[in-house]
Amino acid sequence: MSVRTPLGRVEGLGAAHRGTEHFISQRVTAVALVPLAIWFLVAALSLIGADRNDAVAFLSEPVNAVLMALFIVAAVMHMALGLQMVIEDYISGEGGKVVLLVLNKFFAWVVGAAAIFALLKIALSHSLS
Amino acid sequence: MAEQAKATRARPLSPHLQIYRWPVTMATSITHRVTGVALAVGTLVVAWWLIAAASGADAYDTFSTYARSPLGLLILFGFVWSLSFHLLNGIRHLAWDSGFGFKVKTAERTGVLVYALSLIAAVGIFAYAFAAKGVLA
Repeated sequence: MSVRTPLGRVEGLGAAHRGTEHFISQRVTAVALVPLAIWFLVAALSLIGADRNDAVAFLSEPVNAVLMALFIVAAVMHMALGLQMVIEDYISGEGGKVVLLVLNKFFAWVVGAAAIFALLKIALSHSLS
Repeated sequence: MAEQAKATRARPLSPHLQIYRWPVTMATSITHRVTGVALAVGTLVVAWWLIAAASGADAYDTFSTYARSPLGLLILFGFVWSLSFHLLNGIRHLAWDSGFGFKVKTAERTGVLVYALSLIAAVGIFAYAFAAKGVLA
């Protein structure tokens, strides 16, 4: 006989009430990154040997700027989720683990913010001039 | 007493990692994780490239000079191969998540395929960079 309430049973989430967000977010960002990473590789290929003007012209194209922004956001989200698993798997001390998990989040935000800011500066300033 | 001595002597341990023959599936699994960590470092390269492009011609030239140096090319090759592998093996993982490709033979074949295609992609991109774009010229 189960002691779980009918609501708890249909929700199917157990005592912790959650736990699938990480798994699902990892997959959703992965699905998004399949076309975005292919686009990024093709874009990188077209920019081999390019000087700054070529790169700025490329990133100023609205379609390229939006795709690059989506790639950066999906990538740093996917990165934060993936590195979190690596830290949880290999770091056994609680204190060190907490510190690294926080630094992991900071790293994703700093890299993401820097890349997005640079991208916006290029895309917006070029189109205004 | 004899039983006591037997109980306290060194007990057998489960074999350590290096004792196993590495099946392809085990190798792809750890390679997926290693390339994932490598790509986290690679985000710094992408961020540096974008910041350099946003900063000006001098900053972009500095980035280009480092990128074309032997160490820079090695890092970029590692980045491109890591991205190719993680992308292809990620598709393999998404297929598994959808319930496909679980037969042992299938999983081994797709594993070999992922290694082969990722190497072809990375080598191809660099061959193109050297031949068509004259990166070293």
